Amino acid sequence: MADIEVTALHKRYPDGTVAVDHVDLSIRDGELFVMLGPSGCGKTTTLRAVAGLERQTTGDIRIGDTLVNDLPPAERDIAMVFQFYALYPHLRTRDNLAFPLRAEGLPKPQVRERVDEAARLMRLGPLLDRRPRQLSGGEQQRVALARALVRRPRAFLMDEPLTNLDAELRADMRTEIKHLQGELGTTMVYVTHDQVEAMSLGHRIAILNKGRVEQIGTPLEVYDRPASLFCAAFIGSPPMNLIEVEVTDGKLRSQGELALTPPPGLPRDRRLVAGVRPEALEVTEPGADRSVPARVVSVEWLGDEIIYVVDHGGQRDVRVRMPPTVRFAADAPVGLRHTGGTPAVYDVSTEGLVA
Amino acid sequence: MAVSVDEAVSAGPARDRTPPARSLGGRGHAALEIALLTVLAVVMLFPVLWMIETSIKENRDVYAVPAQFFGFTVTMDHFKDVFVAPGGGRSALSVAFLNSVVVAGVSTVLATVLGVPAAWAYSRFAVKAKKDQLFFILSTRFMPPVVVVIPIFLMYRQVGLIDSKLGLILIYTAFNVPFTIWMMKGFVDEVPAEYEDAAMLDGYTRVQAFRRFTLPLLVPGIAATAVFALIFSWNEFVFAIFLTSSDSVRTAPPAIAGLIGGTTTDWGLVAAASVVFALPVLVFAYLVRKHLVAGVTLGAVRR
Repeated sequence: MADIEVTALHKRYPDGTVAVDHVDLSIRDGELFVMLGPSGCGKTTTLRAVAGLERQTTGDIRIGDTLVNDLPPAERDIAMVFQFYALYPHLRTRDNLAFPLRAEGLPKPQVRERVDEAARLMRLGPLLDRRPRQLSGGEQQRVALARALVRRPRAFLMDEPLTNLDAELRADMRTEIKHLQGELGTTMVYVTHDQVEAMSLGHRIAILNKGRVEQIGTPLEVYDRPASLFCAAFIGSPPMNLIEVEVTDGKLRSQGELALTPPPGLPRDRRLVAGVRPEALEVTEPGADRSVPARVVSVEWLGDEIIYVVDHGGQRDVRVRMPPTVRFAADAPVGLRHTGGTPAVYDVSTEGLVA
Repeated sequence: MAVSVDEAVSAGPARDRTPPARSLGGRGHAALEIALLTVLAVVMLFPVLWMIETSIKENRDVYAVPAQFFGFTVTMDHFKDVFVAPGGGRSALSVAFLNSVVVAGVSTVLATVLGVPAAWAYSRFAVKAKKDQLFFILSTRFMPPVVVVIPIFLMYRQVGLIDSKLGLILIYTAFNVPFTIWMMKGFVDEVPAEYEDAAMLDGYTRVQAFRRFTLPLLVPGIAATAVFALIFSWNEFVFAIFLTSSDSVRTAPPAIAGLIGGTTTDWGLVAAASVVFALPVLVFAYLVRKHLVAGVTLGAVRR
């Protein structure tokens, strides 16, 4: 087990593409660390650089106390799980699990013992004598996980391991991975583009965009105070409402006169945007106390909740999360009320959090 | 197909449907197709059939007018002449066949050994100006080979490769490598790179990972590619006739062509030699036919 330190990582391919612009990460020992971002943001390249499958152009990578920049993947003492599982097609499950151990030159009884242990942990007993193509996607992924943990590496690297599974199985495997990581206490770096996966798995999340880290924080920090407009729009479903505001009379006011409590230390003379989560707003009867006039544009019935899209002061995409008991028809005039605390405020020109 | 659709339609209400003339047209179309295909088959296969017949006819039957399709005396003398010289010992033709085997075989192996790793590299790595490089490689096949025969001849004379098997092997390899790279790249693209990644994490070097995990999955593709390369080298005529002259170096195509001409032509011998020449490739292609189909559909068609 070890911590992982990535310093000023930069990766430029020979054809000129910059996959990773500048990434600093310090991943703690025993942490489940998630790298989250849209495709092409550099998260997979960063992970592959940590694994040693890509050589970074500049920057340092440390695993534990070892500077691993020039070490081949095998000498970094890490295990990786891939999106397409990468089980050797010609080997049975048992041999797939034993493969990395045999490559290390471990004596036979020990190989058997470790394979059995991993098989028990991932409940692979009945699958041990099958070949990969005789296994379902979920089973293949469990074998891939078992193959990673059989080596007892210092860290696990997971490259979108659940992307190819169907939704139900994905939720199960998510629980399984989280449980497994907690049980083993091994550092895990997990790459995904799925925010639900990131939020439910990660001890901490790094949000990457265009080869740079936008924010690092616990799931709650990332959700409550996104560090930039990109993070605000990326995390949450539906995402945060970004409402243009001006500071007047000690309040943040939108064009539709919605008043929000300003955070202290706001800069003057800048165009500002307040980030308001859909659950920090409320749709009310028109004219209700502290509400401003709005109109329902559309209604999404999700069963356990209703998402109202309302037109507020000319902004037609303000989303409000309401319990299913509160019902308004589309096109109905309603009131809009802010119920949350102090919102996060962003500078439009720098796209960063200002207060 | 068209016929069955029309029939299905005629069972329903006739309003606003295809007129019956169209159905007749469909049937006529099918008949025309069959007729054309028959003609084509005869045109394609008759020379082969005639070659086989001529190879087992006695010389007087070969020249018989009107030509005899059936009822001639069958003889194997021509086939004996292909391998055995008139005074005993090996014939010039048998030496030529052996040369063909050596030249085609070695050049195919060389093209495969050079082309497969190159295809792997182009498929796996971010190479500078990759598209331009691949286009350049392909561009060497744009012109007909005969265009470069004179320059090659002059260069070969300078370096002493004229009239040598090595010279032929090198030129055939040069023509087969681009083809091998392009066809094999399609196959390598189909094999997930993650096998190699996983193997590297398990302690293998990149090259070992390629050899142990990717290469076995490429075998069908290699077989298909090698057959095409082999057929090219085996059948090649222009370079063979320009660059070689002595019987001990010559490959079969120019050697067989050399039988024609002079005062008389022994057509029976020409036909028998041609049959012997055609057989190996036919047999080989038949053996790997499954891979050949895979090669045409899998390697060439991009997802």
